[in-house]
This record gives sequence, structure tokens and C-alpha cells, in this order.
Amino acid sequence: MARSVTPRRKALNTAAAWSVGLLIFFPILWTILTSFKTEAQAIADPPLFLGFDWTLENYATVMERSNYGRFLWNSIVIAGGSTLLGILIAVPAAWSMAFVPSKRTKDILLWMLSTKMLPAVGVLYPIYLLSIQFGVLDSKIALVVILMLINLPIIVWMLYTYFKEIPGEILEAARMDGASLKEEVLYVLTPMAIPGIASTILLNVILAWNEAFWTLNLTAAKAAPLTAFIASYSSPEGLFYAKLSAASTMAIAPILILGWFSQKQLVSGLTFGAVK
Amino acid sequence: MSLKHKLFAATALSLITGSAALAETITIATVNNGDMIRMQGYTDDFTAETGIDVEWVTLEENVLRQRVTTDISTKGGAFDIMTIGMYETPIWGANGWLVPLDDLSAEYEADDILPAMRAGLSHDGTLYAAPFYGESSMIMYRTDLMEKAGLEMPAEPTWQVIREAAAKMTDRENDINGICLRGKAGWGEGGAFITVTANSFGARWFDEEWNAQFDQPEWKEALEFYVGMMEESGPAGYATNGFNENLSLFQQGKCGMWIDATVAASFVTNPNDSTVADSVGFALAPNSEGVEKRANWLWAWALAIPAGTQKEEAAKAFIEWATSKEYIELVAAKEGWANVPPGARTSLYENDNYKSVPFAKMTLDSINAADPQNPTVKPVPYVGVQFVAIPEFAGIATEVSQEFSAAYAGQQSIDEALEKAQALTNEAMEAAGYR
Repeated sequence: MARSVTPRRKALNTAAAWSVGLLIFFPILWTILTSFKTEAQAIADPPLFLGFDWTLENYATVMERSNYGRFLWNSIVIAGGSTLLGILIAVPAAWSMAFVPSKRTKDILLWMLSTKMLPAVGVLYPIYLLSIQFGVLDSKIALVVILMLINLPIIVWMLYTYFKEIPGEILEAARMDGASLKEEVLYVLTPMAIPGIASTILLNVILAWNEAFWTLNLTAAKAAPLTAFIASYSSPEGLFYAKLSAASTMAIAPILILGWFSQKQLVSGLTFGAVK
Repeated sequence: MSLKHKLFAATALSLITGSAALAETITIATVNNGDMIRMQGYTDDFTAETGIDVEWVTLEENVLRQRVTTDISTKGGAFDIMTIGMYETPIWGANGWLVPLDDLSAEYEADDILPAMRAGLSHDGTLYAAPFYGESSMIMYRTDLMEKAGLEMPAEPTWQVIREAAAKMTDRENDINGICLRGKAGWGEGGAFITVTANSFGARWFDEEWNAQFDQPEWKEALEFYVGMMEESGPAGYATNGFNENLSLFQQGKCGMWIDATVAASFVTNPNDSTVADSVGFALAPNSEGVEKRANWLWAWALAIPAGTQKEEAAKAFIEWATSKEYIELVAAKEGWANVPPGARTSLYENDNYKSVPFAKMTLDSINAADPQNPTVKPVPYVGVQFVAIPEFAGIATEVSQEFSAAYAGQQSIDEALEKAQALTNEAMEAAGYR
């Protein structure tokens, strides 16, 4: 039975939730506002909140100076490609761990997660040298593979927890009806786990989109995604905050819109099941 | 034959001989600052002249440094030209990582490069990077506030004069700080500033045997002077201020004086961004009374070719174009003399048009006052004014400047900071085999 909530408590909860939400969103809002200011207004003290002459000049400058379309396309390919490749590998892996676990499954899951604890810079040189050897330096394929490998533990973990929520008896029933392994995974397991798979995809697209170490270090002119686009507007000698904000807004806009439209799926996916 | 004609001829020759050397695309890694961005805007002129396409990779300075160092040390070949500074050039040149630039064309007039810049971008007398623009540091001050305080800026001020002027200009009620200086941790930020300040008090990083010198009285004197002056007349939280923070304060009229890169002169005198554009004066960086070295550094952003590039000829053609006299004239014709890349060529400072730019003479005088071979009063085993040109320096100086910043912020005493700096530097130098 649901707990009864008094209107006063409900109002308090709503106010608290809005406050936390606004606090978290404020840096993004400030970046967006700054992108419409002149450079002088961007550093004004006291800071200008809304009372300034809005200008699109920064966006015009950024569009003129950089090939935004190319950076955007590279981001889409790298984030999308690495996530899809990761899902293709992780679904069978998570299936076996959830439904036919071995004695070492728990250890393997923990070991996979422990690879996330290695600082990326520690393997920069080996990976850079390998990229040179394979001739994939400054190519999208190298980043698709590396970001897939980086995010794979998270994808497997998420799918594993979703799959654990699905009763194994349903899969058994499918097997009794003569379903092959492929049919069992494709036509029985996957449709039931769609919300979980969708939220895994969304979260990993966001992670890959924002990844800024490998995408900066393994690219030059051809495969550079939007993280490199932002880095090109940051400067320790010169105040280009308004232009930097415009570039940042353009870089985060696609993922912000995607997140906005799919927030329902994202939240339901992340809170799916009892053990989270 | 002008450089332009020569480039035309080179292109034609390559077409006739069937060589594909020039009909290609070169990739250039560069920093995001005003002069470099301006150069990118003129790339089409270069492509029209030579048929060589250019792709730019523009990155923030620290990201760029990490990116190009990874690439050149692994012979990655991701870039055909790299924008590097005076710190990297002699080290990389000595390692054989860069193509020597000793065969540039006669029309290029390599002898026209300012001697101080040439010295800082060479190893064993061979030039390894062509300066695109050079800078030193100098005093930028508010002429109106000086007048209000009843003072006049001497042409060659001492630290003692600066401290007194800063105290008189400080007006806490109106949010005016007499002086704004870097305090932020980082070898290229506060580390660079305190090193040149220490030079002007007669201090040095190492003696001739590579022993750290932070236990000597000159370092203590320099740090005590700096902290004392900043507490009297500096802005709150100066321990975390770098170039950009001080630029912002100065442009908003909150600093009486600012000692920093000469390149800042064009920012603070630009009426679009600066509220004090009409009342800025310039003077040589100060020295402590009786010490002949001034607190000004020397830096250049220069273009270099990584050894092993397949496109060496095209890269050289670009470097000759971008750092030529003709390029300076091109920018002057389109955007005015105040916007040309400064500090690289002697002929620029002999040009009558350029002499009328208010900060031109002070920039040249400041550059000439810095000597990378003899940065301070006592002899040193290293080259470099605000840095020590050895590969270990960036790591050591970052740690040392973190200790100093902690002292500026009042988290530890100056003596403690100097003791830690002494210990960590000697330890690192021992591990690296210098001692």
C-alpha cells in the first residue's frame, strides 16, 4: 500500500527536488547564457544574468572558424559505433553470466569492473604505439574499439543486472518449445529486456560522447570529435569565454536533446528491478 | 625573386617533374591564441599560392603539449608541423626529433630573426623551429591612477619603487588593487613568474653542479618581497590567479599595475574588451636595487617539423610563408600594424609604421633585456630564463610552484615551502642522474 503524503510534505519534496535539479543544471545554464554575451560581458563583475544585449556573434565566429559538421559526425559515429559494438558483445556475455553462471562468474564480474580503476594515462603509450602499428592513428575505427573496450564492463554489468530480473523459467519454457539458443536470446530474452538494453545504450552513448582523454590523444585532423572541438576554444592566454561557451553549447546540445526526450526510458531503465 | 615568386616556381617545378611532394595536405598542430587563429584565416592565401592544403588541429596549450609530445616521442607522424615553444625546441632538437631549419631559402632571410629568439630556438647553433611570434614580460600600468597617486613611472623601475607605487594606488573601498601578479600553481603560470622575479633578486634554480638553490638567501628574499607586496596591494585570492584572471581584473579597471606577457598589451588596449584601454602605460619589468637582471622572461611560439614526416618540403614551404616578412605585411595591410605577430623579426622593429604602435618599443626592449644563456647574476649550468631547458623541469617546477602557491595562500610558511622545494628538487635531480 502506498504511503499517504500530506500536501505540505509533497510541496516540500517538490521544492527540494527542483532546488537540487536547478543546482545541478546551473553550470550548463550559465554556459548557455554566456554563449550569448560579448567577451567583455562574459567577464563582467558583478556577473550579468539576463540583463545583457543578446548576441549570436560567438556562434557565427565558431561556425566560421571550425567545421562543426565534421566534428559532430565523428562524435556520432564514435559514440554510436562503440555502443552498438559493445551491446553485440555484452548481450551474450551477460546472458551466460545471468542464466548459466559458473563458479567464477562473480569473480569475473568484479575483475571486469576493476579494469575501470586503471588510470587511462598509464596505458597511453602502449595504445598509441599499437595504433601506429595497426595504422589506425587518427581514425574513427580505433576510437570505436577503444571506447567500446572502456565501456564494456559497465555494459555487461548493467545488462547482467537486468537479465537477473527475468525469470529463468521463461527461457526454459522457450527451450522446451524447441527454441534454439539464438532464438531464445533474440526472440525471448531481448524483447523482455528492451527497457534495460535501451537505458544501457543511452547511458553508454552519453559516456562515449563525453569521453575526452582518448578522443583527444588518438586523433588529429580526421577523426577528432566534439571534445577536440571544445578544446580548440580553450586558451590559457586570452579571454575567449563567450566563444568557448558557444562551442560547448554546440557540443552538448545533441546529447542534451537526446537525454531530454529519452529521460523517461533512462530513469525507468536505471531504476528497473528491486536490487539497484 | 620574392618569396611569393619562389613559391610559385617551386610549385611549377614540382608539377613538371611529376613530384607529388607539394600537391598534398599538411596537418598542423597549434595553440588557440589570437595570432595563431588569425594565421588560420589566411591559410587560403597559402593554398592558392602553393596548391598545398592545410588541416589545422587547434588545442589548448597544455593539451597540445601532451598531444605533440606523445606523437613525436613515438614517431607517430600525426602532424607535419608542430607549434612548440622555447622550452621544448632545444631539448627535442638535441634528441634528433626535429628537422633542422638550416637550409631555408635566401629570400626568407633567416638572419632577420631576432638574435634572442634564434638563440632560444636553436641547439648547438642549429635552428630547429622558426618563431611565429615572440614575447617577453613587462609592466602594464594605469596612467590615470599613477597620476592620481602623484607618481611617475620611471623608464627602468626597481621592485622597491613598484611596491611603493602599488601601495599608493591601492584603494580597497573602490576595489582597486595596486598590483596584480600571477600566483597560480603550474610551471608555465605562477612558476614562470616567480622564477623571473627570483632572477631579478639574484637567485638561481641550480648552481654549476646542479644543486638546488632554494636554501640560499636570494630565494627567501624574493618570496618574502612578493608575498609582502601582494598582501599589501594585491587582489584577494591571488594565489590562484594566472594570466586570464589578471587580464580580466585589469580590463575591468581593478589593477593599478600588472606585470605579465607583452602579448597582453594588445588585449588591454583594445577598447572592445578593456574598460581602461585609453589609460595604459608600459615600462620595463623591474629589478631589485643593485641587481642587474630584470624580471622579464623570453618566450616564442614557433613552428617545427617532426623528423620522419613524409611531407618535409611542403612543411618547410608553409613555415617559410607563415614566418616571412611578406606574411607580416599581409596582416598589416588587412588588419593594421598593431595586429601583426610581434617579437620575431628585427626588420619589424625597423619599420616606421610599426614604430607608431604604442607597445612596440617596450616589447623589443623587454625581449632584448632577457638572456637565456645568462638568466641571472650568478653562473648557471642551464639555458632558459623562466624555465630550465631540461626534460625533468616541467614536472619539478610544477611541484615547486604548488608549494609556493600553498605559501601564498597562507597554508604554510615561506620557509616551509622553500625547504620542501629544495628537498623535492634535489631528490628529482638525483633520480634523473644530474647529481
